[in-house]
Amino acid sequence: MTDLIEALHEGTLDPDRVGALIDGHDFPFVRDGIGTFLWRGAADEVRLRHWIYGLPSSQPMELLEGTNLWYTSVPLPPESRVEYKFEVQRKGRARWIRDPLNPHLARDPFGANSVAHGQGYTIPSWIHPDPECAPGTYDSLIINSDAFGHRAVSLYLPARFRDTRRYPLLIVHDGDDYLNYSSLGHILDNLMGRREIPDMIVAFTTSPDRLKEYANDEHHARFLTEDLVPVLEDRLPLRRQPQSRCLMGASFGGVASLSTAWRYPGFYGRLLLQSGSFAFTDIGEENRRGPVFDPVVKFMNQFRADPTAISERVFVSCGMYESLIYENRSLIPLLEATGMDVRFREARDGHNWENWRDRLREGLSWLFPGAFLMMYE
Amino acid sequence: MTTRSEDWDEMIVLLGPQPRDFSDLAGLARELQLEGPVALITAAWQENESDDGALTDALGLSTVNLELHRRSEDVVRGEPEFIEAWTARQKHLRHLQEFYRLRLEAIDDAAMAINVRHVDDRLIAEQNAMTISQLRHLDEEHLRRCSDIRFEFDHKWNPGELPTVKKHREELAAMLNDCASIVISGGHVVALVNRLRLFDVLRHRGQRPILAWSAGAMALTDQIVLFHDSPPFGKNLAQVLDFGLGLCPGIVAMPDVSRRVHLDQKEGIGRFARRMAPAHCLALDPGARITFREGRVHELSHSGRLGESGDVNWEWTP
Repeated sequence: MTDLIEALHEGTLDPDRVGALIDGHDFPFVRDGIGTFLWRGAADEVRLRHWIYGLPSSQPMELLEGTNLWYTSVPLPPESRVEYKFEVQRKGRARWIRDPLNPHLARDPFGANSVAHGQGYTIPSWIHPDPECAPGTYDSLIINSDAFGHRAVSLYLPARFRDTRRYPLLIVHDGDDYLNYSSLGHILDNLMGRREIPDMIVAFTTSPDRLKEYANDEHHARFLTEDLVPVLEDRLPLRRQPQSRCLMGASFGGVASLSTAWRYPGFYGRLLLQSGSFAFTDIGEENRRGPVFDPVVKFMNQFRADPTAISERVFVSCGMYESLIYENRSLIPLLEATGMDVRFREARDGHNWENWRDRLREGLSWLFPGAFLMMYE
Repeated sequence: MTTRSEDWDEMIVLLGPQPRDFSDLAGLARELQLEGPVALITAAWQENESDDGALTDALGLSTVNLELHRRSEDVVRGEPEFIEAWTARQKHLRHLQEFYRLRLEAIDDAAMAINVRHVDDRLIAEQNAMTISQLRHLDEEHLRRCSDIRFEFDHKWNPGELPTVKKHREELAAMLNDCASIVISGGHVVALVNRLRLFDVLRHRGQRPILAWSAGAMALTDQIVLFHDSPPFGKNLAQVLDFGLGLCPGIVAMPDVSRRVHLDQKEGIGRFARRMAPAHCLALDPGARITFREGRVHELSHSGRLGESGDVNWEWTP
C-alpha cells in the first residue's frame, strides 16, 4: 500500500485510488522520519498549522489534481509528538479544524488539537487508571492569605494515607490544568501504587492572574511559603524538611517555582520545572516576547548573574520543538555550577500539557525515589 | 493442631507473585494437605499487614497473623534509644547502598566504553571477564560490610534482651508453637527481612513447612538481589542488598522476572548469571514453585534458571 504514498508525493496518484490510499493507511502516515498529512474536502486553500518551533508554523497543503485531497509532508523524527490542526479556507472564511483521519487528540485549556506520533513514540501506560493502583482522595481547603485574601487549594491524599505517617509535600502550579490535561491524578495514583514514588500529599494551586503572579511576584512566593505551607504543615502529617518540599510548574509555572525557591532559598529542597519560561537577555532588558515577560527577564537576568544553590535537587524538562528550548538548555550549566543536583530531559515535543505529562514519571521519581526496587509482591 | 505427612517436614516452597485471590498458594496448600493453624507473616505489607482476610479465606484454614509490623511499632514506642540507634544504622546502610550503586555504575560505564572499541575480540572478552570479576568483588565487599554493621549493632545492643523485643519474641515463640505451618507474603523485602531478624521468629520454626512468595521467598535465600530492567530513571543495574536468612541457600530468587527483566537481552542475562555464580538465578514468575528440602533445591515447577549463555532454561533440574 505504501506505493500509493509514493505516488501521492510524486503527484502521480490516480484519483480513483484516493479512497484506497485513505483506507489503507493511518494518518498522518509516518515513514523514514517524514509525516504525510491528508485532508479531504472542498476548500480554496488548506494549511497545516502546527507548533513546531524551527519549522514554518503554517505550511500550505497541495491539492491532488482531479480530487479534493489536500496533502503535505513535514519532518517527523522518531519519538516525536506534534500537535496540529488544519486551517481550511473557503469563500473568504478560515476555520481551524482537527484532523478527521487521526483519532489522537490532546486537550488543553483552549480546546483540543490533533496529535501526530513519530515512529517509536508510544503513549505511556502509566497515565491511565490502573485497577492495581488504588486512587488517592481529594479534598479542598480555603487559605486565608495575607498576600491574596481567600484562595482555594485542592489537596490529594494518597490511597494509603495514615494520620500516623509523615509525608512529603508537592505543590503544583496550574494544578487544575495538570489534573485535566496531564492526567496528573492517575499518574500520582500509579506511581505511588507501584512505589515508584513514595506516598505524598499534593497541593494543587491555581491563579486568577497567572501571568502576573507567576512572573516572580513576591506576593505569590509569600502566599506559598508563609501562608499555604504553614497551614498544610499544621493540618496534615507532613515532613517539615526541605527535601520533603517540592515546587512544580510548567511554562510560567516553572518561573513561579524557580523564583519562589529563589526568594526562600533552602526552603524547597526539590523543584520540578517543565518548559519554564526562563526568558533572559544577555545585554539590556528589552525582550522579544512582549511586556508580560518583562518581570521574568528581570528575574532571570538577576538569577543568571548570580546563580546560587536555592534548592537541593532540580529536574528540568523542555520540548525540543518549543522556542524555550534555548532558554532551558542554557539554564542547566548555571544550575549545575551552583552544586545543586540537576537532571535535564529534552523531548521531541512542544509546549503543551502532554509533553509535560510524559516527563512526570521520570521527574517525580528522580526527585522522590520510591521503594519500587524493594517491592516484590 | 493437625499435622501433615512427614514428607513435608522442613520443606520450603518458594512461589512467584500471587493473584488477588491467592489461588496459586491456596492450590499448593491443598496439595500439601496443609491444616491449620497457619502462622501468617505479612510484615512485607507494612501498614496493611492485618488485611489478611482474603489470604485466610483462600487458604481455608485457621490462621494466626504474627503481626511483626505492628510489633515493630510497639518496639518504636517501647525502646526509644534502641530505635534511635537502629534508625541511624539504617541510614548508614542506605548510604552504603547508594555508594555501592555509584561504584556499580562506574564499572558499568567503563564496560560500555570498552565494548564499543574496535579491538581484538579476545581482548574484549578478557575485559568483559574482568568486569564480571570487579562486579563480584564489589558485591562481596558490600555484603560483607552490611553484615559487619549488623553484627556490630547486634553485639552492642543485643536486641533480644531489650524488654519490649524480648516480650514479643516470647509471645511469637508461643504462637508459633501452636501453628502447623508458616506462610510468608511478598511485599517490601527490606521491611520484611528487618522484622524477621528483629524478632528472630524463624528460630522457632521447628520442622514446620514454609510457603513464601516473592519478597518472602527472597528473604529466605542467602543473598537478596534487587533487580528491575525498567526503572523510571537511571541504569537498570541489579544490586545485592544484604544477606538473607539463609534457609534456602545457593539461589538468587527472582520474583516476577519475566515482567521485571528483559529476558530477550541475552548479553545482560548472561552477565548477571556469571556475576551471581555459583548461585543459581531462578525465575519466580506467577505460578512458579521452587521446593527446598534439607537446605537444597529439590524440585522446580514452572520455574527456570538464567544461564551464563543468556538463555533461560525452563527445563532445568537441580
